[in-house]
Amino acid sequence: MTTQELSGALPEATTSGRPAWFRRSDAWQGYLFIAPFLLVYCVFLVYPLFKGFWISLHDWELVGTYREFIGFLNYEDLWYDSLFWKSLWNTIRFVALTVPSMTLLAMLLALAVSKRTRTHAVLRAVFFGSSVFSVSVVTFIWQMMLNGERGMLAHIFEALGLVPIDYLRDSFWAMPSLVVTTLWWGVGLPLALFVAALQQIPEELYEAAELDHASRWTVLWRITLPSIRRTIVLVLVLQIVAHFQIFGQPLLMTRGGPADSTRSLVQLIYDTGFRDWQIGYAASMAMVLFAIMLVVSMIQLFLGREERS
Amino acid sequence: MNGFNRAIRVQNPWIDRLILGATILLAILWVIPALWIVSLSFRPNFLLMRSTAGVLPIPFTTENYELILRLSRVPGWFFNSAMTALLMTTMVLVVSSLAGYAFARINFPGRRILFIFVLTGLMVPEQAVFIPLHTMFADLGLHNTYVALATPRVAVPIGVFLMTQFFRAVPREIEEAAELDNASRFTIFWKIMLPLAIPALTTLGLFTFLHAWNDFLWPLVSATDDDSYTVTVGLASIQSNYAQTEGLGMVMASAVLASLPVFILYLIFQRYIVSGVSMGSSR
Repeated sequence: MTTQELSGALPEATTSGRPAWFRRSDAWQGYLFIAPFLLVYCVFLVYPLFKGFWISLHDWELVGTYREFIGFLNYEDLWYDSLFWKSLWNTIRFVALTVPSMTLLAMLLALAVSKRTRTHAVLRAVFFGSSVFSVSVVTFIWQMMLNGERGMLAHIFEALGLVPIDYLRDSFWAMPSLVVTTLWWGVGLPLALFVAALQQIPEELYEAAELDHASRWTVLWRITLPSIRRTIVLVLVLQIVAHFQIFGQPLLMTRGGPADSTRSLVQLIYDTGFRDWQIGYAASMAMVLFAIMLVVSMIQLFLGREERS
Repeated sequence: MNGFNRAIRVQNPWIDRLILGATILLAILWVIPALWIVSLSFRPNFLLMRSTAGVLPIPFTTENYELILRLSRVPGWFFNSAMTALLMTTMVLVVSSLAGYAFARINFPGRRILFIFVLTGLMVPEQAVFIPLHTMFADLGLHNTYVALATPRVAVPIGVFLMTQFFRAVPREIEEAAELDNASRFTIFWKIMLPLAIPALTTLGLFTFLHAWNDFLWPLVSATDDDSYTVTVGLASIQSNYAQTEGLGMVMASAVLASLPVFILYLIFQRYIVSGVSMGSSR
C-alpha cells in the first residue's frame, strides 16, 4: 500500500492541492526513525526467541562451556517428567481458580463503582491501588496475613477461641491462599477495563429500558452484559495469559510446597535453569509455555475477527 | 453519571445505598492488610519478634527505619532500582516516540510489513526469552549492571504501538504549515509533534517506570550479586528468612520504603495510570 500511494501521489503532487506530506521525498528518513527501536527489538527479542529454541536443542549448562547438541531429546524427556506435568497441572489449576473469580470480582466491583462521582472515583482508586505494588511486597503482606503463628488471621482465630490454620503450609489451603493474594494484587486491571467499557454504554439504551419499566435484573442481563461482551472476552484472555506466568507468589510464599502442590511452570523453569543450571532443559519448558501462550493469543485474534465480521 | 446505575436508581434507591455500603466495607477490608504492615513497621523490633498481635503501633518508634537506612543494603537497592527505572524509562520513551512517529506519519516502503513484524512481538512473553537473554548478557559480561537490568524491556513493542496510535490521531493540518516551510522531518517531530505527545509520553513513562521498579524475574536472574539487587529482588531475598536474620520490623520497614515511590506516583498520576490501563489493552 505504501509504495503505490507514494509513487501514485508524486506526479500529481506538482499540480493538485494534495497534502504537503505526500509530496515529500524524504521517506527514507522513516528508516532512521525506526532504526533505534528495530535494532533493540531484533537483538533483545527476535534473536533471543530463536536462540531460546536453539538452546532447547542442547544439553546446555548455565555456567561453564558444556553444551552438546541432542536434537529434541529435551522435549522427549519432558514427556516423561512427572514434575513437569505436575507443575503444568498446578499452573492450570491456579489459572482455573483465579481467572473466573478475578473476572467475576472485577465485574461486580465495576458495576458497583462505575459512576462518574467522587465517591466512586475514590473507591476505584482503592481497589486499583493494590496493583501498583511489586510481587515481593504483595507476597510479604499476605504471608503476614496468613502465617499460622503471627498472621492477622491467626490472631483473629485465637481471639475467637479457634485453632489457627497455617494456610501456606496446608495442602488444601496453599493454592487458595495464592489465589486470594493474586486477586488482591491483580483485580485493578480488569476492573479498570470493565469500568471503561461500562462508561461507554450509550445512555439511550438505559433510557429506553426505563420507559419499558424493565427491572434491574433485566437491564443487567439484556443491556449491560451484552454491551460489554467484547471486554469480557478481552479480560478473560488477558487473565489467562497473565496468570499462566505465575511465578513470584509460589516462589516466595510457599516455595512450591507443600509437596510441590503449588509449584508453577515458570517456577520450575527458573529452578531447572538457575538452581540446577540445566538451561537447555529449562529452555525446552519455556518453549512449551510460549506455545501455550501463542495458542491463547490466537484464540483472541480469532474471536476478535469473528466479532468484527 | 453512568447509565446502568441511572436507570435502576429510579426504581429502588435503597438497593443502591446497600450496594454502596457493602462496597465501602469491602474497600476498608481491602486496605487493612497494607495498613497493618505500615502500622507494625513503627513498632519496636523486639516486641514484633515476640508477637504481632494488635493493629496499632504501640509503643511507637522509628528505629526500624533508622536501622535499615544506616546499616542495611536497602538504600543501595533503592538506588539501583531508581537508576534502572530511570534508564529504562528514558530509553523506552526515546525509541518508542521516534518509531511511533515514523509508523504513523512517514510513508516509507515496507512500513506496513515492518509494523506487523513489530506488533508480533507483543505475543512473546518474557519467560520465552529470559534464558537466552541471560546467556547473551553473560557472554558480554554485563550482568549486575544497570544496562543489563534496563535494556531487555526496551525491546517490548507496546510503547511503539501506543505512540503510533497517538500520532495517528493528531490532525495532519498541524504539521502541514511546517512542511510548507520545508522544515526537516526531525524538526517537525521535535518541535511540533513531541510537545503534543506529552500526555501519551507521561502515561507510557509511568507504566515503564512502574514496570521497572516492580520487575522481578529478569532482575532475579541478572543481578545475582547482592549489592546489585533492585529493591524488589532485595526484599524478596530478606523476606524468606526474616524471622531469623534481619528482624521482622526491618523487613516491614523495607517493604514500606520499597513501595513508597510507586505509591507516591500512583497518588499523583492516578488518572493517567487507570486510564492508561484500558488504552494499552484495547488493541
